[in-house]
Amino acid sequence: MRSRLRSLRLAGLVFLALALSACQLIAPDVEDAPLNSLDPQGPFARQIDSLFWPVFWIAAGIFVFVQLAIIVAVFLFRDRPGRKEPKQIHGNAKLEVIWTVIPALILATIAVPTVRTVFDLTECAPDSMRIEVIAHQWWFEFRYSNIEGMPAGAEIETANTMVIPADEEVCAVLQSEDVVHNFWVPKLHGKRYLVPGQENLLRLQADEPGTYYAHCAEFCGLSHSLMRAQVEAVPREEFEAWIARQLQPAAIPDEGTPAWDGLQVFQSAGCVQCHTVDFEDNDQNIPDNIIPREAFNGPNLTHFADQYRTHFAGAVLPEHGEDFETALKRWLADPPSVKPGSYMPDLGLTEADIDNLIAWLRTLE
Amino acid sequence: MAEAVHPEAHGHAEHESTGVDSRKLGMWLFLSSEFLFFGALITNYLLYSNRTGFNIYPREVYDIPFTSVSSFVLLMSSLTMVLAHNAVARDDQPQARTWLFATAALGSVFLAGQVFEFTEFIVHYDMKLTTNPVASAFYVLTGFHGLHVAIGVFMLLSLWGISRFKGRLSEEKGMNVEMVGLYWHFVDIIWIVIFTVVYLIDAARV
Amino acid sequence: MTDVAARPVTTIYRKPRSETGLWSWITTVDHKRIGTMYGYAAFFFFLLGGIEALLLRVHLAQANSEFLTAGAYNSLFTMHGTTMIFLFVMPASAAFFNYLLPLQLGARDVAFPRLNALSWWVFFFGAIFLYSSFIFGTAFAPMTPDGVTGNIPINGGPGAFDFLASSPNGGWFGYQPHAGPFYSTGTAMDYWSMGLQILGLASLISSVNFIVTVFNMRAKGMRLLRMPVFAWMTTVVAFLMLFSLPIIAVALFMATFDRQFGSTFFQATNGGDPILWQHLFWLFGHPEVYILILPAMGIVSEVIPTFSRKPLFGYSAVVFAGAAIAFLGFGVWAHHMFASGISPVAQAAFGLATMTIAVPTGIKIFNWLGTIWLGKIKFTTPMLFSIGFVAMFVIGGLSGVTHAVVPSDWQQTDTYYIVAHFHYVLFGGAIFGLFSGLYYWYPKLRGRMMNERLGKLHFWLMLIGMNLTFAPMHWLGLQGMVRRTWKYPEEAGLQTWNQVETVGAFIIALSILVFMYNWWRSKTHGEPSGLDPWDARTIEWMTPNPTPEYNFAVPPVVESLDDFWRRKYAEDEEGRAVRRPEADQVIAELEEIGNNPPQPIHLPNPSYFPFLVGLGITIISYGIIYHTTAWGKALIVGGALLTMASFIGWGIEPLEDEPEDHTPEHLEPAEAL
Repeated sequence: MRSRLRSLRLAGLVFLALALSACQLIAPDVEDAPLNSLDPQGPFARQIDSLFWPVFWIAAGIFVFVQLAIIVAVFLFRDRPGRKEPKQIHGNAKLEVIWTVIPALILATIAVPTVRTVFDLTECAPDSMRIEVIAHQWWFEFRYSNIEGMPAGAEIETANTMVIPADEEVCAVLQSEDVVHNFWVPKLHGKRYLVPGQENLLRLQADEPGTYYAHCAEFCGLSHSLMRAQVEAVPREEFEAWIARQLQPAAIPDEGTPAWDGLQVFQSAGCVQCHTVDFEDNDQNIPDNIIPREAFNGPNLTHFADQYRTHFAGAVLPEHGEDFETALKRWLADPPSVKPGSYMPDLGLTEADIDNLIAWLRTLE
Repeated sequence: MAEAVHPEAHGHAEHESTGVDSRKLGMWLFLSSEFLFFGALITNYLLYSNRTGFNIYPREVYDIPFTSVSSFVLLMSSLTMVLAHNAVARDDQPQARTWLFATAALGSVFLAGQVFEFTEFIVHYDMKLTTNPVASAFYVLTGFHGLHVAIGVFMLLSLWGISRFKGRLSEEKGMNVEMVGLYWHFVDIIWIVIFTVVYLIDAARV
Repeated sequence: MTDVAARPVTTIYRKPRSETGLWSWITTVDHKRIGTMYGYAAFFFFLLGGIEALLLRVHLAQANSEFLTAGAYNSLFTMHGTTMIFLFVMPASAAFFNYLLPLQLGARDVAFPRLNALSWWVFFFGAIFLYSSFIFGTAFAPMTPDGVTGNIPINGGPGAFDFLASSPNGGWFGYQPHAGPFYSTGTAMDYWSMGLQILGLASLISSVNFIVTVFNMRAKGMRLLRMPVFAWMTTVVAFLMLFSLPIIAVALFMATFDRQFGSTFFQATNGGDPILWQHLFWLFGHPEVYILILPAMGIVSEVIPTFSRKPLFGYSAVVFAGAAIAFLGFGVWAHHMFASGISPVAQAAFGLATMTIAVPTGIKIFNWLGTIWLGKIKFTTPMLFSIGFVAMFVIGGLSGVTHAVVPSDWQQTDTYYIVAHFHYVLFGGAIFGLFSGLYYWYPKLRGRMMNERLGKLHFWLMLIGMNLTFAPMHWLGLQGMVRRTWKYPEEAGLQTWNQVETVGAFIIALSILVFMYNWWRSKTHGEPSGLDPWDARTIEWMTPNPTPEYNFAVPPVVESLDDFWRRKYAEDEEGRAVRRPEADQVIAELEEIGNNPPQPIHLPNPSYFPFLVGLGITIISYGIIYHTTAWGKALIVGGALLTMASFIGWGIEPLEDEPEDHTPEHLEPAEAL
């Protein structure tokens, strides 16, 4: 019915398709993806990585074996003219035992380090620094308290950027204000859910100072794909300096400056309903605007222009190559057009309002 | 839902089969699925009942003597169901009708008791479906059981009606007393589990 | 058909009599017609789900894409998943179960023909119900915790097709509390939870029916371990459905009560437990995976031996491996939740349990290989699809093992790596298996063959298309592309492979067009198949093609596994198959008798009650969604009355016309045929 040549060609095609899919799996990508899970930068991610690769190669070996077996069978046993009817073999107990036992043994080999790693990576070290990570639709909040150098009862709140000391274990205490989210810093560790009404722990550690990207990985609504964050690992002394800076309240701008006008906009346009700003004591009767933790809140803006807070709006803006100020303008003009469903509404600000607001926000270092 | 397997046209061709009547087998399978349904609901209740911090728990408001009586009524309905089945087996049609009706009546009494109980909880103790998850779990569990009893009563009354309309209940065709009986006993047994686990054992913790 | 005109029947309802046309389809209780309807409906939804997937792929071909709005994107991926699982693979499998199970068992129909029609109609109305959300559904902005911003129509964000955002948008897994009353306001997710409830009911009814059929309706001599593997897999799947559907029913009822009646099962603000939803959902959801794949494994286990001209290697091992997969499938659900914060002990235990599933799966793969090994392989279209199944399924199985390695799953979960994994299992697996079955059993439906040339074109396009579409997803996932992502940034370096995938998706679409053309054309232009076009092994091929309404004119008596093969072939001293000299005679006789039954045959009556019950249940469901309005309440009452009245009618209506003498041996007059 079919010529030998044609079946050869077909078989060649199968092999090509399979080889193609295999290549795609391991082909290196030229660009460095910020969320690359194959590029561990800390001990925990590395431990996962060193577990993944052996399993991957075992799987790849089995893949090659099975596909080769199929291809060989397809070549050797296809129906040719004059081929005798095959023997009616109903099975072979010995073979079947072999291919039951060997996979079981391979799996048992994989199982041992799997279980050990699960236990190794789950429990935070008891003396590690604890940082609360609170998920909101659609941004991450980070809260620091009871940390060396902080007075008792003091609390630091920041958004989108989690600052941690490099080469030290940090224990992220994961919570959620609304729905289930999933905190993922692929270069530092795997994922962990943030569940409302529950606390989960995640160990994080970066070998070197640097910026490590994070993303919400569990579907959490309209702007799920725009819920990102950064982990900024800094040397110990810089971390301490950062803590000290964060404990400072915001300065009041001079009256008559654009920043002063921006502050007026902040107070009158409705921003105060959600955004905490802790002001220094002042003669202008500008009260602190503290939104209690239990209430519906947006990011704390006291240190909005902190050197590490390079991104805002769920670390989505500014986009790659975009100017910070342009992005901020775009955002303040109509937040839901950037982040669908955003709880921050279009407040109907004029262009002048926006410019002034930006001038003020830039002072919040 | 019961229905007859159509007989083979050829008398000589036997089936390979379990020997259990297909309708009965089907009903058993259905009930095994139902068993998991109620199992999940009961587990769900126990899970929330073990959580602390709710303002009110069903176990604090149970009226055990009252529920014991209504449970006894439901238990008795299983007895009348057996009697109905026996009567059909003897082909004593009037008796069968009487006992079917009695079973439906006892089931209705149980349902009335449940309506009274729910009203009591809601009106006197302000424990509503929306109050907290353990209250939700209680109402959804016992409510679904009540729905099953109601469906049972509907089936019993249908049987009773068919018997009056056709004048005769047969074991061979259509809705079959034994099938409804199986269902009815199952609903009873589930209630005994609920009454023991959800009412008695839970109330003992107060 | 039974001639009912001659006899007065005691019933208060008029009985359906049409034998052709729309009414005959609405009232039919013939398992083959029901299977056919299941098949066409499933294929219709396959096209819809495919169009949804194409829109998603077009959108994702571009970084920071604004082709679809975020709302439309969320709705489309939710409906793509829900459709492909509940409205395509499950009913497509049901189509095969329905059409083939009685034939493979040597029975005249399933145990409960009318119940069978009920499953179909409940499914049909449930599917319409779910899809009507595109028209009637609403999706509003989430409520803030103080409940102020409910009922504001969402701005789905920049992009087009925002009108699609009114359909369910909480993911096919409907995680709580996101899919709950506060964060998915509007009715979209009500359609989802009630719709799945209806579809679950349909599957539950069929599972009871199929199990009873297998237990009680087998032909003489068809012992359990002589049943074709497909019949076995049907049984296993039916048990899976029987025991997993009540769990999802409870979960969906809880979600519905939260959404409709203000209970707080999953609402953390009131002490509810969102993780409980995940446990319940996956306690159903994982067995569901095997509900999707085992039927395809059954099909492949039929096709491979036929075209290798050898018996299935290790028949009982394949059967028991299927049962073992199903059994273990109930103990691994938490591997979907390794990142949820369950205890390390639980993670380790579920990881190990998951690994054990690889053993029976491996047994199946190796046994299929053992079957083609030393065979005499004929590369027909069904065989190509079956071999494609084995090759592709292995990839999905192996990536599955990397998820069982718990820490590695922490990196992979919720990324495209998972999307790649389950598309290899469900597309490379289930869909290849189903197409294999369509080409293989097409002659049973039409009495003609499908075009082989077009079939092979379909296969190669689909194989290449699916590898282009899904293989790069492994890489993208490991590179950090999270699932359900409306936008990915340009600098993430994900765009190139996404574009390749989109091209692949269109190649798949093209292959489906080839298939549709082939299907349609073969109906009239296909070569007549005769009774035994494939030199098949199992007894469903002992009836003429297309299958007569009564299946077997004379109920078969079975003496061995692959009984049809035994009638055609003996073995020589080496064990090689030798065609019996009388084989052609056997086939000719089967054809002759099959078309001209020696004795009249008595078939169950058609009934319109299954249709009405399905309609009634669906009306109730609409009523529940709108229960706060007066007309919603009216729908509940009206639907309940219709359902009850239909059940009473059902109870009274005799399944078959009662012969006057009440003996089952009574035979119908010959014109009954």
